[in-house]
Amino acid sequence: MGIEYLGLSSVNGPLVVLEGVQDAFFDEIVEFVIDSSTRKMGRIVELYEDRAVIQVFEGTENMSLQNTHTKLTGHPMEIAVSPDMLGRTFNGIGQPIDGLGPIVSDDMRDVNGLPLNPVRREYPRNYIRTGISAIDGLTTLIRGQKLPIFSGNGLPHDQLAAQIVKQASLGDNSDEQFAVVFGAMGVKHDVADFFQKTFEESGVADHVCMFLNLANDPVVERLITPKVALTVAEYLAFELNMHILVILTDMTSFAEAMREVSSSKGEIPSRKGYPGYLYSELATLYERAGIIEGANGSVTQLPILTMPNDDITHPIPDLTGYITEGQVVLDRSLHGQAIYPPISILPSLSRLMKDGIGAGYTREDHQDLANQLFSAYAKVGEARNLASVIGEDELSPIDKQYLKFGEEFEHHYIGQGPAENRSMMETLDLGWKLLSLLPKEELDRIDTKIIDKYYPQKAE
Amino acid sequence: MNNTGTIYGINGPVIYLKGKTDFKMSEMVHVGEEKLVGEVIALDKDLTTIQVYEETSGLKPGEIVEATGSAVSVTLAPGILDNIFDGIERPLERIADTGGAFVTRGVSVSALDTDRLWDTHITVAEGDIVQGGTIIAEVPETRAIKHKCMVPPDISGKVVSVVPDGTYTISDTLVTLELADGTAKDLSMTQYWPIRVPRPVHHRYPASVPLITGQRILDTMFPIAKGGTAAIPGGFGTGKTMTQHQIAKWSDADIIIYIGCGERGNEMTQVLEEFGELVDPKSGNPLMDRTTLIANTSNMPVAAREASIYTGLTLAEYYRDMGYDVAIMADSTSRWAEALRELSGRLEEMPAEEGFPAYLASRLSAFYERAGMMQTLNGNMGSVSIIGAVSPQGGDFSEPVTQNTKRFVRCFWGLDKSLAYSRHFPAIHWLTSYSEYLNDLSGWYSDHVSPKFVDYRNRMMALLNQESSLMEIVKLIGGDVLPDDQKLILEIAKVIRLGFLQQNAFHKDDTCVSMEKQFKMMDVILYLYKTCRKLVAMGMPMSVLKAENIFEKVIAIKYDVPNNNIQMLDMYKIDIDNFYNRVLEKNA
Repeated sequence: MGIEYLGLSSVNGPLVVLEGVQDAFFDEIVEFVIDSSTRKMGRIVELYEDRAVIQVFEGTENMSLQNTHTKLTGHPMEIAVSPDMLGRTFNGIGQPIDGLGPIVSDDMRDVNGLPLNPVRREYPRNYIRTGISAIDGLTTLIRGQKLPIFSGNGLPHDQLAAQIVKQASLGDNSDEQFAVVFGAMGVKHDVADFFQKTFEESGVADHVCMFLNLANDPVVERLITPKVALTVAEYLAFELNMHILVILTDMTSFAEAMREVSSSKGEIPSRKGYPGYLYSELATLYERAGIIEGANGSVTQLPILTMPNDDITHPIPDLTGYITEGQVVLDRSLHGQAIYPPISILPSLSRLMKDGIGAGYTREDHQDLANQLFSAYAKVGEARNLASVIGEDELSPIDKQYLKFGEEFEHHYIGQGPAENRSMMETLDLGWKLLSLLPKEELDRIDTKIIDKYYPQKAE
Repeated sequence: MNNTGTIYGINGPVIYLKGKTDFKMSEMVHVGEEKLVGEVIALDKDLTTIQVYEETSGLKPGEIVEATGSAVSVTLAPGILDNIFDGIERPLERIADTGGAFVTRGVSVSALDTDRLWDTHITVAEGDIVQGGTIIAEVPETRAIKHKCMVPPDISGKVVSVVPDGTYTISDTLVTLELADGTAKDLSMTQYWPIRVPRPVHHRYPASVPLITGQRILDTMFPIAKGGTAAIPGGFGTGKTMTQHQIAKWSDADIIIYIGCGERGNEMTQVLEEFGELVDPKSGNPLMDRTTLIANTSNMPVAAREASIYTGLTLAEYYRDMGYDVAIMADSTSRWAEALRELSGRLEEMPAEEGFPAYLASRLSAFYERAGMMQTLNGNMGSVSIIGAVSPQGGDFSEPVTQNTKRFVRCFWGLDKSLAYSRHFPAIHWLTSYSEYLNDLSGWYSDHVSPKFVDYRNRMMALLNQESSLMEIVKLIGGDVLPDDQKLILEIAKVIRLGFLQQNAFHKDDTCVSMEKQFKMMDVILYLYKTCRKLVAMGMPMSVLKAENIFEKVIAIKYDVPNNNIQMLDMYKIDIDNFYNRVLEKNA
């Protein structure tokens, strides 16, 4: 192990090539010492006999073909895990940056993780109340789910994520431990500060473990950040039995970093220049959410991604949508009308919702009510289109009722205060109140018995 | 023979061996000290390329690669049903027992339980002449399915000894044959078959029997035949997986092979849980008794994802050879195509459209052509139907996987985003979907359901098409200005959409509907249309008709008429007659 290699054969962007390596293995971590002072880390990404292509995490600045000593560490990318990590802040590859000293632990974990065996997964069924009607009522978040927020630049996705963290209650069972793992890839300083401040203000800071790779930090580091964050999350959830909410922001920067590295490796690009393995890479991250049979903890993921040019068909949101269990989509025109949170409900979806709501979880009418709200709101769109052609006055009375419903729905159901925490019953009852703006005959998604029971009786 | 090689280069799931080896194309190899499973994908004078079905991190150049002498194959014997495998037929339950909750590498477990004793009934006697496909023994594999052990397709001879009926493991010798060249051959329950080679059959029958799914939009509007192929394309969230789950649950196939190819882990867990609890309406046994799951979730190695489709297909063909009707749900073929693209990129092949390799179309056609209603080697009739989900980028059907799939399937169930947004499920759009089987199956429908069936179906489709052209006008000038006969078409089309096409998978009566009920529902809807037309022709305005609530009543049939009381549907015609009389009385 002790061999040090002097010099490099080539340096190209974030990649260096080292020749004459002995006994190296694929995915191994190497250490560089530059000019006998600066230390850097790297990972072997390609290996041809004695020629290793190494990705340098901290960037290749100052590295020359002569001044670099390289040492093989003999292990893949690992991180020391310990319960003390809560309340701490680390850089993108898991080194403490809060000045509180290193994490002392012998418990090393491979950050790449392993696929969770489907026969040992437990199907997620418990909902997490976020206190936000548009999410609780229509795209319910379930413990163990991965539900990304599809946003755009300038939309309040950070506020929304912070509000969810503040309000996410795990029910009345108080002995259950809750913690947040926060992984930031290429985010702006202000964003990192915002989250840090919010966590402190809401008193959860000592239950948060932060991994920060800021926008001006090395790009390659970003590829490791989410893996490190998820490794810690899995440890806390499955071994310390905690309920972990993982916030990853911004997945777009992660994918961009992957494209950058792939292109400097000279790989054949597929869609929009992203490498062909973009799907597999994203999947290995997202699939690390879930619940294991027998463990009391869970990993719930809330990745945030900004859609380039608000385009939901862009490869990053597109592939993400195919892996995650739904998505919460933010909308610029709702934001423009000063509606917070600007959740565009029609394209939003929670796939696990159907099994975590209804009798025994929330209330028997929840699913039907949600379907009806979706369907009615879809009709609002049609009525608005028609109104823009023939004018509002010419609409039929029923279309006018839909317009009214749409207005009310956007302002009072979707819209709510950034500190407003609604209970599940409030959200459901509000839904019925809005549906009562429409005649009973229009409610075609709800079982007649449920309508009779819950449709508010109007004093005519 | 030089059947080992040394690793020279490693690039993700692809590894290279230097120097000349005697490896064969598609041969299975064991890679490195951990004996990872791999397959030979290219041979060159001085370079052998291998794709590895497991994670390659930790491999070193210089490690040894060993050839196994046979192509990547699956083990075929009792124990396949009520089980869950990864993409190369390794049982996930056993992997979990040895390796814990996470799938570790280089796990060596046999595909099927070799210790379990099965009740065996031998069906051949000494002196019988047997050939490929002859059934030598029957084993009750689950409560629902009798497993028929067969002579492997390429063997024939004379039975020289048999064991008595009793309990045996899958590797015990049951029958000994004397082959044509005089050598003896022991046969057990087990046989092996390479996954990329179709199992031979006697000949192919034309499609003539529908695969009944209990889903109205499929059975009535766009039916698939037993032995047919169908594609379900749709963007994320449009309900591909839901539709496949519904077909897997309620279709009248004997065996279901569910391939989760690059999909979500939680979904596979859900199938496992739900199918273990749900009861097959035909046999009264749990659905898992007739189901096999192939789970290669999206975070499992990409090369095994590519293989998983073929593994499932080979298992399906094996059960077909026993004379069963097998349905394959492949969710999703796009993930498989992307695995091809990913590997092709690693091999630095010249990309064709959108980065997919040029052989995408030929691979897809070879896959779908393995479906069919066949006469098997032993003279039984069996079928393999393939229902493949397609996940097009951004829900855009013009991308290469959807377009190439469309060329090779005969049934196209296009999912529509706007229907899904308004929570109209199944979100199969009636205008973009088609089924080429309708003509082939019309004979069956008129014999088994009603001679009027196809006519009714066509009349409903015509109404839906008229609605769509009328909606163009409504979008421009509003619905109020239409004449009453056209307003009636809109109203009836709404009844068809909400009352017939939309189906609630979570409602106990609506989740699966018999052909008889489907037909009677059509009958009532068309009767309502006929009655209303009479009234409109007499000059009654639509507002008068709509005041009567009859449309809502017909829409609610799907919830109000229980499946065990279909006769109730006859009462609706009386209701419609009463409605007719009432309207006439009030507005005389």
